[in-house]
Amino acid sequence: MFDWWEKIVDGLVFGSWGLDPKSALGGAIHFFIYDTIKIFILLLGIIFLVSFLRSYFNTEKVRRYLQGKSEFTGNILAALFGIITPFCSCSAIPLFLGFMQARIPIGITFSFLISAPLNNEIAIAMLFGLFGWKIAAIYIGFGLLVAILGGYSIGKIKGVEKYLLIPIVPLEGEFKDMMTRQPFKQKIKEAWAYTVDVFKKIYLYVMIGVGVGALIHGYIPTELVSKYAGGDAWYAVPIAVLMGVPMYSNAAGVIPLVEVLSEKGMLLGSALSFMMAVTALSLPEAMILKKILHMRLIAAFFGIVAFGILLVGYIFNFIFGGN
Amino acid sequence: MKIDILGTGCAKCKALFEVAKEALAKSGKFAQINKVEDIVEIMSYGVTSTPALVIDGEVKVSGRVPSVDEVVEIISA
Repeated sequence: MFDWWEKIVDGLVFGSWGLDPKSALGGAIHFFIYDTIKIFILLLGIIFLVSFLRSYFNTEKVRRYLQGKSEFTGNILAALFGIITPFCSCSAIPLFLGFMQARIPIGITFSFLISAPLNNEIAIAMLFGLFGWKIAAIYIGFGLLVAILGGYSIGKIKGVEKYLLIPIVPLEGEFKDMMTRQPFKQKIKEAWAYTVDVFKKIYLYVMIGVGVGALIHGYIPTELVSKYAGGDAWYAVPIAVLMGVPMYSNAAGVIPLVEVLSEKGMLLGSALSFMMAVTALSLPEAMILKKILHMRLIAAFFGIVAFGILLVGYIFNFIFGGN
Repeated sequence: MKIDILGTGCAKCKALFEVAKEALAKSGKFAQINKVEDIVEIMSYGVTSTPALVIDGEVKVSGRVPSVDEVVEIISA
């Protein structure tokens, strides 16, 4: 898909600038230019596509679809909707309470709440660009599984409704949607404005991430990386998850590093666990949810999601592991 | 006419407030713009995402910041 671009960069770096493809400097510069531009193109394309589709799916609509769905089906649908709907930690509370008001079970609400940040368009675009569509699809697939089973398990906690700190007043009848319809042209315009907005926020992180990645790519020997970040030691996955938690919202900067590390010997399962921890286990989100949920429920939510992510890591390391 | 802006104080909520102010001035109408920041009160409107624009008790926009022109149109309708 990006062969044409690789040829241009080849010609520029090794031809016009006369750098040696085998030298560390030549490799690093080629890597930086090729990867940054490729990721930029994919980010713009995928964010635009998702935010355009999103204009047809607001969360009020999602709520209506999920209302009255049976437990397991509801969990699956909620996780799927999580792919397309927008999510930022500031929107977690109204979303959570809004779902509760519509009598959507807490487990189904959690499936959505796990899936939405996990399957965000930035992470998917970065994975697609750096690891290819297969890994991106594996990430989405297992991310959905974690969201479905995680939400289902939370719903099975005894007396889970007790842990809500705010009284829920159920909506009477159907929510009257008086919302204005946007014309098609306006949707395109707004999706593009949103894309540019997001891009402006993350492009620097992408460049820093790819830049550091390029240095590792060019200068740090493979043995060193596989000795510390890789290997099939049992603790590789939990360490990856722990390191991922404070990296919240920086999928853009972190994923290029993971790519280089996995190229140099970090196992795929550890890499997947790390990326899922970055997107799904967010401390700011937990702090915000503390206003409406008891700490015990938040702890259970984090624990169950972390457990699911660990499991994904171990399974992958077991299947593809051992170099 | 009564305009309510629902939002717990996120950046987008402030942006919507500014848009509403500008749109109101542009439309030449007179109304009071009211910020609703209490989460329990916000939820009573039945929205699932903020910011939201409410006109005379009807939710017109939720989860995004519309353009000034769009709000002018909503106000004038």
